[in-house]
Order: sequence, then structure tokens, then C-alpha cells
Amino acid sequence: MKSLEHIAARERVLTGIPASPGIAFGPAYIFTKAIPRVEERELEPQEIEPEVERLRRAVEKSAKELNKILLFAQKKVGDAKAKIFEAQIMVLQDRILLDTVVDRIRSELRNAEFIISDEIGKYAHLMRAARDEYMHERAHDMEDLKNRVIRNLQQEKLVSRLEGTFIVVSHALTPADTMILSRNHVLGYATDLGGVTSHAALFARSLKIPAVVGLGAISREAETGDPMIIDGYSGTVIIHPTEKRRKEFERRRERLLKFEAALAPLRDLPATTTDGHTVELSANIELTEELDYCVVQGSQGVGLFRTESLLIGRDDFPSEEEQYLAYKKAADRIYPNRVLMRTFDIGGDKVAPEMAEEANPFLGWRGIRVSLDQPELFRDQLRAMLRASVRKNIGIMFPMVTTIDEVRRAKKFVLETKAALKSKHIRFDENIQIGVMIEVPAAALNARSIAAEVDFLSIGSNDLIQYLLAVDRGNALVARLYKTFEPSVLTTLKYVINAAHRERKWVGICGQMAGNPLAAPLLIGFGIDELSVVPAVLPEIKKIIRSLNYARVQQISREALNIRTAEEVEAHLRKFLKKEIPDIPLDGTQIS
Amino acid sequence: MIECEVTIKNRTGLHTRPAATLVKTASKFKSDFLIFKDGMEINGKSIIGVMTLAAEQGSKLKLRFQGEDEEEAAKAVVELFESGFDEQ
Repeated sequence: MKSLEHIAARERVLTGIPASPGIAFGPAYIFTKAIPRVEERELEPQEIEPEVERLRRAVEKSAKELNKILLFAQKKVGDAKAKIFEAQIMVLQDRILLDTVVDRIRSELRNAEFIISDEIGKYAHLMRAARDEYMHERAHDMEDLKNRVIRNLQQEKLVSRLEGTFIVVSHALTPADTMILSRNHVLGYATDLGGVTSHAALFARSLKIPAVVGLGAISREAETGDPMIIDGYSGTVIIHPTEKRRKEFERRRERLLKFEAALAPLRDLPATTTDGHTVELSANIELTEELDYCVVQGSQGVGLFRTESLLIGRDDFPSEEEQYLAYKKAADRIYPNRVLMRTFDIGGDKVAPEMAEEANPFLGWRGIRVSLDQPELFRDQLRAMLRASVRKNIGIMFPMVTTIDEVRRAKKFVLETKAALKSKHIRFDENIQIGVMIEVPAAALNARSIAAEVDFLSIGSNDLIQYLLAVDRGNALVARLYKTFEPSVLTTLKYVINAAHRERKWVGICGQMAGNPLAAPLLIGFGIDELSVVPAVLPEIKKIIRSLNYARVQQISREALNIRTAEEVEAHLRKFLKKEIPDIPLDGTQIS
Repeated sequence: MIECEVTIKNRTGLHTRPAATLVKTASKFKSDFLIFKDGMEINGKSIIGVMTLAAEQGSKLKLRFQGEDEEEAAKAVVELFESGFDEQ
């Protein structure tokens, strides 16, 4: 009896932001990365030499990473600023330091993380104690270096450790973490930080793995091995659930799965309203592994292929040939439908080979800016895309465009690449469609002149909203200010859609907003031509579109434009949708 | 064992580049090379150690060389300090 009480008392319920739907049960695995936690561990004598080898490999890997960063930094920020990486590399090659660490591992029988942390930490401490500001910065570099080596030590361990199935619990997860971990049997993700539209959350959705973010302190509350329930519909995580709680969630999971199953018959039908207005409903994908799922979900094509996922988990850029194979695979699988490929959108919070740190990455070197500055990378990618376009079902779009000049320069690259291919008699689609992502407010305001230069526009709502509202969607402190239905957002969307149509160009939307059940009627009413959503929500959105009357949603959208606050717009749309489609479960399944 | 004192002459002090030059030079010799400053004792063949000294222009360091080639080592290292690490 006493032990039962003990178990019951340990149950803890945490509430965060639902980031990816689904319910899962399993043990927690605490994943640490940003500032690695160093545990002191005693070694058995037979563990010593493998431990030394593990250290050597981690140091080697760290040096390789840093050399790459150094090259990038020298090119982008100049030799002077790049020097900090040079210093870090020199420290990694410090024989005395490494010998000391190895000697200590052997004599103290303690793990590499602990010893390296202690050794580098000693110097960092001395540097911090100096009066010189320059030395304080060096202390920072040394801490950074220490964390890099420890991270490389622990990543090796991570792969071998993640045997079995886990709910990954972490302070924060980068898209790369989410991806790399998903190669194991991950049941769910629960993080302290993060907003619903962070890329890690998008990744979890694509992978159909339940995720809850913004939980505050779950990485400290839970321990590896703790039984947990994660509910990605409501944003609830339960540590040490009682038997009663477990049963309750099992019933809930069954109910929700039944609703999802009821959507299946819609999968082969077009996204046409009751009065015959058809929009294109396509899917966003990160990886070619998602293509089958995307077809199964009844997608008409791919409205956004995030090609930067090809960079995940590697420290160099994929060759033209590697890219060609991936793009061709997508085009073949989706044929006769279309795949819109976005050129690398690196920088910001996206997956990037490590580069020089930027104080303001979202206002920094990302998207088309990177491509235009790296002509060789850009040409490789364009060649790969063009070569994959022989079935005439590929479109190319450029991210993070701000000015017409960028559009023209990017188009010039396409023309030059076409000419180069032609001179070598390599086949491609002469009339390949070229589009621009509307994500930067300046591009939205300039939408008409941009539309005049290209074949289509695609609104990237996540970035557009965060730039319009000046809210970092991954920052838990302000994430609540990120409101999809802000009147300023609505006005901008309507403006962009009209601008494209005036130039007789089609316009789509591929941000998270497109997959929001409340937003679908609004966007269709505004006249959007294409919605590209995560494959997981595609059937639900199709059901909504097929239940709508176009004339009626045009009316509803006009009304929405006259409402003054985000909350009232949302209430307006919610009321409308509840009345039109009473069986759509709006509560708890979506965050607007 | 050879002990001697040197003064940092170059403008930027023992920052990264001169520190690297110092370590590189000292590592050519078999002798142990220690640097003393403000109660700190640092292995002169370790870049992280030398960087930690935070030795700015004008500061004085005590150097100690010990080993079979201590004389040659001391000569080469002191020369570096004298020349201000060729950084003017």
C-alpha cells in the first residue's frame, strides 16, 4: 500500500505548447546539448584505452568542424574575426594539454568528459579572472571549445545509448538534433524551450512524432528512464503517470485515431469546394523519405521541398550528383504532379553547416543571400534541379528574397546554368517555373513587381508573420505574441494574393498557417491558388475545403479584413467553421 | 637548469599569434620549458597555457629551461622575446 502511494505521489503533470500531434507512452531519455552536462564516471581498467580513443576521435572531429568554420568565417567576416577559431584549433592541437588529459584519464580512471572539462575549465577560469576584456572573450572561446569536444564525445555515446524506444526530453532541440535522434526509435519530443513553429516542431510533425515544446523545466524535472505520457494534441506531458491516468490516455488516443481514420476515404478526391472552386492542395516535405507518406495522405504534389535537409548530419555540402539523385527521386515519385523545390534556406534557425556566429541571424546571412554569395554552391544546386526537371514537373523557388535585384541575379544564375547544360547537351525543362518566396515584409510590399518577373509566388507564412510582428517564434518569452490572425497579417496576405493575380501569376502559401483549419477558409476566401501543408494534416484540410462554399468564404474573408484584433478574427473564423463543419475537433488540436 | 627573465616588448603582448610562435619554437627542443608570472606556472609548450598568461606589453616573465638542450632552447626563446616576435 505504501509503495502504491509512493508511486501516485510521484506523478507530475506539465503543460506546454502542443507542437506535433499524437499520444505516446514510454520512458524518458534526457538529451543534453547546448551546454552539455558533464557527469563524473569511474572507469573500469578495461575501459581506459577505449576512453582515450574516444577522446582522440572527439578532438579530431572537433578540429575538423572548427577548420570548416574557420574557412567560412575567413570568407564572410574576414581574417581578423576568424582568428578566434584559429586559436581554438591551436588549442585542440596542444600536445601538452592532450597529454595531460590522457594521463589523467589513465591515472584517475575517470571519463574523458570530466577530465577535459576540468582541464580546459581551469584555464578558462584563469582567463576570466584576468582584468583584460580580451581575456574574458578568450575564456568564452575556451568554454565553447570545451563544449564542442564534450558534445562530440557525447554524440558518439548517444547513438550507442539510444537502444530501445524513448521519449526524448531536452532543454532545446535544433532541427539537426530532431533529425539525428529520429533515426532511433523516438516516441516523442518534449522540450523546455521552443514555440510551435520552430523548425524542430515542424520536423516532428513531418516525422509524425508527437512533440510538446515550451514546457519550462522538463529537462530538469524528468530523469532518463522515467515513465512518461506525451500528448501532442493538448500539450500535456505526464511524468510517472498513475495506472488510471495511463488508461485515460489510452482511451483518448483511440478516439483520436478513429477520427483520423474517418478522413481516409477523402484521400483520392480533389480539394474542391461544394460550389466547384478547386485549389491545389500539396505537401511540405523535408526529406525524400516523406514522399510515400505524402502520396498516401492524398497530396496533389509537393508545394515545398526544403532542400536544406540534405545538409543535415554532415559537415560538407552535398555534391551536384547527390543532389540530383534526391531531386530526381522526388520528381519521379510525385509525377505527374509537381514538386516545388526551394533552394537552400540556410541561416536563421535552419539547419546550417556551422558558420560564423551572427548577433542577429534572422536579419543576417540566410536564404538567397547565402546562395548569391556562394556562386559555386548555388550553381551546383541549380544544375542538379534542372537536370532533375526532364519530366517537366519541377518548379524552383528562392527563399528570403527582399529586392528585385536579388530576383534578377538569381534568375541570371538560372539562365547561365541552362546555357551551360545546353552546351553539354544535357536535357532539362526549358520552361521550368521560377518562383519567389514571400517572407520578408519588403518583398510583400513589392509583391507586384516581383510577380511580374517570375512565374509564381509562394508565401512563407511563418517567416512573414515573424518579420511582420517582430516576434522570434522560437523564443518562449515572446512566442505568444506570434499571432497568425493579426489584422496586419491578414492585410498583407490579401495584398500579396491580389498583387500576384494582377500580374496573372498564381500564388500559394506554404507556411504552417496553410495547415491551420481556421485559416484554410480565410485563405481560400482571399483567393489563394495553392495550399501546401505538412502531410499529417492534409486529409483534415481537404475535408474542410470540401465542406466549404466558395462564395460564402469570400464573404467571411471580407468580414475578417474589417476586424481589429487577432482574437476577434480567430473567434470569427472559429464560429464560422464550427457552424459549417461541426465534427472538426478544433480544440486542442491546433494552435493558431 | 637555466633561469632568466624577459620583458614583453611587442605591442599586442603574448596574444594568439606570438603565443603560437613561442610554443612552436619551444617545442623544437627536448628541454622542459616553464613560464612563471604573478604566481602562475605555465608549461611554455602549451598554447592554452601561454594564452592564459595574458602577458601584455611591458610585463616581466621568468623562464626556466631544463634538459639536454636547455642552452639552445633558452637562446632561441629569449631571441624571440628580444625581437618582439618580429611584430612591429
